[in-house]
Amino acid sequence: MTREMRRVTLLIFAMFFSLLMAASLIQFLNADSLMADGRNPRSLYDSYKTQRGSILADGKLVAWSVKTDDKYQYLREYDNEAFSAVTGFYSLAQGTTGIESALDSYLSGKNSSQFFEQVNSLLSGNPLAGASVYLTIDPKVQQVAYEALGKLTGAVVAIEPATGKILALASTPGFNANLLAMHNTTVANNNYQSLVSRTDSPLINRAIGGELYAPGSVFKIVVASAAFESGKYKPSSKLPNPKKFKLPGTTTYIYNSGEGKCGSSKPKVTIADALRFSCNIPFAELGIALGQDAIAAQAERFGFGKSFDIPLRSTASEYPTGMDDAQTGLSSFGQFNDKVSPLQMAMVSAAIANGGVLMQPTLVNSVLSANLAVLDRPSDISLGQAVSAGTASSIKDMMVAAVSKGVSSNGRIAGVKVAGKTGTAQNGPGQPYTLWFTGFAPAENPQVAVAVVVANGGGMGQRGFGNLLAAPIARKVMKAVLNK
Amino acid sequence: MTGPSLLQRASHVIKDQTDPHTITMNIGRLIRVVPRSRNIEAILIFFVLGLYAFELAQVQLSTIAKLTPEFFMLWAPIAVLSVVFHVVLRFKASEADSLLLPIALALNTLGIAEIYRLDIAKTIAGDTDLFGFKQVIWASVALAIGFLVVWLVPTHLFLRRYVYISMIIGVALLLSPMLPFVGLKINGAQLWISVAGLTFQPGELAKIALTVFFAGYLVTHRDSLAAVGRKVLGIKLPQARDLGPILMIWLASLAILVLQRDLGTSLLYFGLFLVMIYVATGRAIYVVVGLAVFGSGAFLAGRILDYVGGRFDAWLNPFSDLHYKADVNSSYQLVQGLFGMAHGGIWGTGLGGGFPQMVPVAESDFIISSLGEELGLVGLFAILGLYLLLVSRGLRIAFNHTDDFSKLLAIGLSFVIALQTFIVVGGVTRVVPLTGLTTPFLAAGGSSLLANWIIVALLLRISDSLKAESPKVKALA
Repeated sequence: MTREMRRVTLLIFAMFFSLLMAASLIQFLNADSLMADGRNPRSLYDSYKTQRGSILADGKLVAWSVKTDDKYQYLREYDNEAFSAVTGFYSLAQGTTGIESALDSYLSGKNSSQFFEQVNSLLSGNPLAGASVYLTIDPKVQQVAYEALGKLTGAVVAIEPATGKILALASTPGFNANLLAMHNTTVANNNYQSLVSRTDSPLINRAIGGELYAPGSVFKIVVASAAFESGKYKPSSKLPNPKKFKLPGTTTYIYNSGEGKCGSSKPKVTIADALRFSCNIPFAELGIALGQDAIAAQAERFGFGKSFDIPLRSTASEYPTGMDDAQTGLSSFGQFNDKVSPLQMAMVSAAIANGGVLMQPTLVNSVLSANLAVLDRPSDISLGQAVSAGTASSIKDMMVAAVSKGVSSNGRIAGVKVAGKTGTAQNGPGQPYTLWFTGFAPAENPQVAVAVVVANGGGMGQRGFGNLLAAPIARKVMKAVLNK
Repeated sequence: MTGPSLLQRASHVIKDQTDPHTITMNIGRLIRVVPRSRNIEAILIFFVLGLYAFELAQVQLSTIAKLTPEFFMLWAPIAVLSVVFHVVLRFKASEADSLLLPIALALNTLGIAEIYRLDIAKTIAGDTDLFGFKQVIWASVALAIGFLVVWLVPTHLFLRRYVYISMIIGVALLLSPMLPFVGLKINGAQLWISVAGLTFQPGELAKIALTVFFAGYLVTHRDSLAAVGRKVLGIKLPQARDLGPILMIWLASLAILVLQRDLGTSLLYFGLFLVMIYVATGRAIYVVVGLAVFGSGAFLAGRILDYVGGRFDAWLNPFSDLHYKADVNSSYQLVQGLFGMAHGGIWGTGLGGGFPQMVPVAESDFIISSLGEELGLVGLFAILGLYLLLVSRGLRIAFNHTDDFSKLLAIGLSFVIALQTFIVVGGVTRVVPLTGLTTPFLAAGGSSLLANWIIVALLLRISDSLKAESPKVKALA
């Protein structure tokens, strides 16, 4: 019997050995792939154990986490819809967007700069707390921007020209991030679906280019900059002033917006007046004369063709390539296939306001750990000289004139010299216009550069125009910055 | 000094060298001396109770961040009864194995701590179906019955007189879940009976009765079973009439598989029987034939019966959405168990730090994945090490005993714990298809605790009887 019992003993050892092997396979060798399986929510639940850091704007809490009794431990809460384009959402059901996504490693405490806190938490057993993000956003300006847009579909970006700090970044319609952050995933999913199915797409961040817009006349700033930078033109340079202009190589005529001559009935018009009255024909002539390469180079120096991490990633604005002269002419007053984001247009105005120096736009002032150690404080980054100081000064004077005695008159603020330019872009036959204003104030000491887009014609189809709908919004935002 | 002198013993050993079989037995006796120090046992019990307190404290502090009176209510009954058990052993079985009680106690208390930890998670989720205190009550009852067995039963040898009564009791217990009115089906398996609101899994107690029957029957019939009949295809087959019991057990196991819908239980009894008949007769042909008929029976069942085949498919491809989201034989529980264990990794999340409550019926079938998640791979190795140690203590008792009935009984009782652990843990870790058995000592459930503590009591009783038989070993010790 002893021999048989030995074999049985061996069998038992073999059985337990196979269990040990299987357990090692599950808990060691295959553990990572099992944890990565989409049906395994445990690592997500682990992340809920950390009290996620807050998002603050000038001392005002914009997003924060509160303790709950359920398995997720903390619930993410948001102040109001005005900030939705900035914060994005943090959702069990639908993931993260906005700052919640871009700075997730800091907010969740997983950033490598939080290493010592992580070790401390492991040793002490105290739960790890995420770092807080302090935004450059001025909450009053943000609120004003969001409310000024109101029921219109559109976006506002306001930048401090000297630093690139973003003071307001609003997109309408906004959304209530609390509806997506709730822990009942069924309800959160339903809320998400109802946002997605809306035709006015609240989840698109129009400020940084979830969709891009035809710039219309605001693009004339870029063309004028290219002209002055070429050295061949100055604001007083004169261009032919016909009533209508046949695009080269086509039978198509283009007109100025009033279908008359630009400014006066004189045979020639200066570039300064063409911008002040926002005339299309002189800019088509100017653009064709400069050539698309010169305009493209200027556009790139303003940031076209590049995405910016602010740290939300913006969509690159587009100036077309491979155009014939007719297309170049159209694109020179912001038609054809020019596509820009409000962020990009605000950067153009900010560079003009800042003596030609373009600053990297940013939403983040600083990132502070739970015990208030500075983990990150981005310094102001120059992206280079977009235009010379002289060109910037010339463009500024022209934009001041456009507001004070031109067609961008609704940008005026009493007692403040405002530089600005409106735009009214066509989107094809029967399609509602896209309405623009971009500019800065005060012109002599710029504190804010702003771009406003109103999509979908502002509900007025082809009857609305930039100075009517977009300029008043920009004026309110600039006033909010200057009056504080 | 009583017993043979050193010289006599030496000559005895030398003389025995002529027969290699005897010498190995004697070496076994000389080396595998069962430690009998009750003091060691006392120290280990003290240690295990301290560990239990630590586990409960960790559960409470990491989940509700405070210690409540529940801590003491969970700890004290077990502490008192295990000390009483130890005292009973001191007076009634002073030579009994000193590791069995502490090991079983360590597993049992760890199980209670994890079940209580799951209770807290359930309470937070608003679930009122709790098991922690029930488990403490059952463990207390099982401990009490355990020391009563040691106390009131002077020797295990009396069981030999009730071999056929054991068989009848065993078969009756096994078949009772199929009776009308009392039979109860849970999770598709008909393994429970329900009397006056109390549910009971009679198969757990049947494993003791049947082990007693197998041991008694095989000791009596081993010679005729070992005898060779005709040669078929070059294989020496036993005589046809001796194949009767194998066929009977095979049919009974298949009946369990088909009627009670549980592969684990049928595998447990059939495996137990094969090992015991192999040890008793020394004939591997029983194992070969037995595995062949059981395998073909199970294969046929898998082809014919959907629920067997479905479980088999879910075992092979648990991650496919077809099985994961299936209404019947879903692999959801298995896969979530694997996810939980992966979450625990090597070091585990600590008691109270994981999400074992995400696995359905985590407190019974999947207590191992709960512990794997919270104690990690190291914790699981330690738990399996404890089982292996417990089983090997039983095997040592079998090796050391000279009486064949005692040998067979000890190896049967040890093997049934080993095989059950293998089937359950193997089911959770995908070594074998998932079945409806409970993890010995760890899982929530009164019948299982009761049966396994009686097994421990019997092994203690058998180990104590070694003293009377082998003064030689005692003298050497």
